Amino acid sequence: MKASAGGYARAESVGHALELLAASDGQGRVLAGGQSLIAAMNMRLSVGDLLVDISKISDLSGVAVEGETLRIGALTRHAQIGADPLVKTHAPLLTDAVAHIAHAAIRNRGTIGGALAHADPAAEFPACALALGATMHVEGPDGSRSIAAEDFFEEVFTTALNDGDILTAITVPVFEAGEVQIIEEVARRSGDYALVGLCLVKRAAGHRIALFSVGPKPLLATGAMAALDAGDLDAAVNALSAEIDPPSDTQASAAYRRHLAGVLLRRAVARLKGDVA
Amino acid sequence: MTDLFRDKVDVSMMVNGEPVEARVPAGQHMIDFLRLELGLTGAHASCEHGVCGACTIRVDGDAVRGCLMLAAQADGAEVWTVEGLTDTSAISDLQDAFVERNALQCGFCTPGMLVAAAELLSRGGVLSRAEIREHLSGNYCRCTGYEAIIDAVESVAKGRAGKGTA
Repeated sequence: MKASAGGYARAESVGHALELLAASDGQGRVLAGGQSLIAAMNMRLSVGDLLVDISKISDLSGVAVEGETLRIGALTRHAQIGADPLVKTHAPLLTDAVAHIAHAAIRNRGTIGGALAHADPAAEFPACALALGATMHVEGPDGSRSIAAEDFFEEVFTTALNDGDILTAITVPVFEAGEVQIIEEVARRSGDYALVGLCLVKRAAGHRIALFSVGPKPLLATGAMAALDAGDLDAAVNALSAEIDPPSDTQASAAYRRHLAGVLLRRAVARLKGDVA
Repeated sequence: MTDLFRDKVDVSMMVNGEPVEARVPAGQHMIDFLRLELGLTGAHASCEHGVCGACTIRVDGDAVRGCLMLAAQADGAEVWTVEGLTDTSAISDLQDAFVERNALQCGFCTPGMLVAAAELLSRGGVLSRAEIREHLSGNYCRCTGYEAIIDAVESVAKGRAGKGTA
């Protein structure tokens, strides 16, 4: 269908965008790459929004290493992330995730900030952010603040962002010696949302496991992480099975999703150990 | 509604090498602007939620979905559609290969398919069939079963690589 927009304004800067959101009386909606928002508008899931187009704010795009963190601007597009050498060095999980996200033409416009703020529970980047222990950087009416990924994702399509806030960047720790980052997912067709997906990060401090498409938000599998830290893969698979409560829908049953989660954990651990099955 | 937000937006862009200025409705899709206002009906509006790829056009060098971009967002952009790419002969070898290999039947998907394939081919090198299939996975064709399309793109990749080394 055709999109229904209540109005449009092009933000020249983050400050300007915040002013526009403040003036929108709660009707404001941040438009970045638009690959989820415009689709939702087309399906009339979102009607009459006052669009604040931030896509021309050039200082929200780009990748840089700042001390012990890798900073990725919110408007950095999926295709740019997939091709960026700094991302490949410090957050190869994101590089690998890009190949799983939709199709080339979508990746050319979709942005990482948009994907995180949209918080689709079946999307790759929110789970990657959780597995990497990322920090979200937010500008709002009361100034800037940072939100840990663990506290950022709240519900289906719901984050800790308030009306009037803009996600400006994400930071992740730089890659440490011996670190391993792995993403595994099962989708029926290339570009489809995952039936289940799993991110595994191994650092000196221990394992981090985040899943997507198993519930209303990306999930940090703390039970499986503890079991894997103790070196017991079978216990980790059992713990994972117990700590997720996946939905049944037309794509897959809950039981199948739970089974797949265990399969993906075993695949990821096999890759971790260098066994390429 | 505050007057900071417009229901009509002024835009200025280049389309197929020519300057275009227009006042567009805030919610108008880029594909509808091209088709309805400029008469460029090559790229098609079909699923209108980013799945089928029939509306694929080139914006600032990238293949994008014309239904997932608003015309209002194209201010300052350089836009190419299959019409312009045909007039400049930029993809004539690809178009010839589509004809030769019977890579289209009804032709509805073809303009989007050409723009998507042209992006892949622009990277150069010999392409595997799996790479071609993956890159075109976001473009639906309901006639050909895809094999002939893969054939056509593969033959152009080989042809261009051969010319490069000759």
